[in-house]
Amino acid sequence: MALSVSKVARNVSPVETRVGRGRKRRPLELATQLVFVLPAVVYLCLFFGYPLAKNLVMSFQNYTTSTFFTGDAPWVGFANYVSVFKDPLFKTTVINTVLFTAGSIAGQFVIGMALALFFKRHFPLSGILRSLLLLPWLLPLIASSSIWKWMLDQDSGVLNQTLLFFHVISSPVPWLSSPNFALVSVIMVNIWLGIPFNATILYSGLQGVPEELYEAGSLDGATGWKAFRYITWPNLRPVVSVVLVLGVVYTLKVLDIILGLTGGGPANATQTLATNSYQQSFVQFSFGTGAAISNVLVVTSLVFALVYLRLNRRAIDE
Amino acid sequence: MSRYPTVKHAKNRQLPYTVLAVVFLAIMLFPVYWMMNTSLQPGPSAVNATFIPLHPSFAAYRQAISDQLGNMETSLLIAFGTVIVTLAVATPAAYGLAKFKLPFGRGVMLALLISQMIPGIVIANSLYTVYVKLGLLNSVLGLVLADSSSAIPFAILILCAFMQSIPPSLVEAARVDGAGHWRAFWSIVVPVSRNSIITAALFSFLFAWSDFVFALTMTTSNTFRPLSLGIYDYLGSNVQSWAPVMATATLASVPAIILLVFAQRYISAGTLGGAVK
Repeated sequence: MALSVSKVARNVSPVETRVGRGRKRRPLELATQLVFVLPAVVYLCLFFGYPLAKNLVMSFQNYTTSTFFTGDAPWVGFANYVSVFKDPLFKTTVINTVLFTAGSIAGQFVIGMALALFFKRHFPLSGILRSLLLLPWLLPLIASSSIWKWMLDQDSGVLNQTLLFFHVISSPVPWLSSPNFALVSVIMVNIWLGIPFNATILYSGLQGVPEELYEAGSLDGATGWKAFRYITWPNLRPVVSVVLVLGVVYTLKVLDIILGLTGGGPANATQTLATNSYQQSFVQFSFGTGAAISNVLVVTSLVFALVYLRLNRRAIDE
Repeated sequence: MSRYPTVKHAKNRQLPYTVLAVVFLAIMLFPVYWMMNTSLQPGPSAVNATFIPLHPSFAAYRQAISDQLGNMETSLLIAFGTVIVTLAVATPAAYGLAKFKLPFGRGVMLALLISQMIPGIVIANSLYTVYVKLGLLNSVLGLVLADSSSAIPFAILILCAFMQSIPPSLVEAARVDGAGHWRAFWSIVVPVSRNSIITAALFSFLFAWSDFVFALTMTTSNTFRPLSLGIYDYLGSNVQSWAPVMATATLASVPAIILLVFAQRYISAGTLGGAVK
């Protein structure tokens, strides 16, 4: 202690304390503080700001593989957007994206909510069981895709084998190889993946509903469904909105699962905005069109991101 | 009290819930079980696989390792690199955002939140053109930098939430003793935040280890392939034998399983209890 005091005495000369505090120290102090945050800000600019701006520019260019050699990317105005919107595939991908997102969210949310309410009862082992539930969320998505591709295999997958064994179906269902089933199957897998996230967030939201409300409500006869309808739901609303919006944003991103399970097929039955953007850029090497689709995706995501931020702020304010 | 006359009685009443939860968990985790089960039964075809590996064999793991050992090393390097870059960038930033009143602090936080919502494929689209120019395709460094971009915002938000709870008196004590911001950060903030740093590190590792989008888009060679692409390559061809695929998937799942079993405490442990008295 004595040592450090003498250090302070040495470092801070009388002149500095008088003049420095007001003028000289502040800019230096601010500069030192900024250095802490600077690398992160640079990173954000390089890996989010720049790519987003570059995508915008690329979407107005004819950007192909030859661009990498010649450096030539002629301006084409809105041609990329026109060709994207005119392509009948675009309508398919938008419909698929909406169905995939809505289906996934509905399934994840309903099951996640049921589980959150269920685990709120604090029965023996509920803590351990609840944490084990997180496993599907932590596995590499491509590993999960491979498991499900195997389980949904038409000829020897365990799902068809089991359903055949119990005579639920009379012939194997082409889960992933028929355009009629592929989207439903992919949604099913995505629901499985999303349940842990929904259950966890909703569970922590339920912890925030004061127990006294239920006690007071039960005196007025609000139990069971009524307690949920009039106590749980209104109090959980902010958390529910956040979960739903985040769910949409995260589902729009999904690429691994669809590429792993179906590759967007069969016959584009599972092609979404995200997979189509990938196909355009990295399979067709038409980066300009890929960028145009990417921008549609970004705008959609940002709309929901803004909704999220608004809700989040309101949730904090409340 | 009146509803539950004895503790034992209450426990008995709760037992059906435990049973129900176990049943549901069994359904949810069945795919994971099936992955391991298949990986231990490398029969000639899948049809004669049984629900329990009665005659377990590790032949599929031998094949998986001989196919994927190089890819696993690549993935490990990328994951460790991502952890280092992420912590180096995120820890000071989180402290700065949590404790200094910076002029644009709120703006940075907002940008961090939004950055997490931008689809990876959007970033990949233009990052690819940059990587071509810089020669970063097919490199560990390239993937470390790309993966860190998704890990850093998450890490900053986690660390920031914790660092906001560090009592100012703790840092001020060091500052009065003459320590500069960096010394106070290094000798007080970092040790106190150890648990949340470990949490951030573990998640960064998992992000990079599981990454598929950047691995897929920022590689063009057949020799440089992270593990996630190794699995994807299996799926692309017509799979004849699923045992090696499931063995690879099991190996890829090991970090997640370890995290779930051993790292639970890092998430909940609060270190601050005895720090300031």
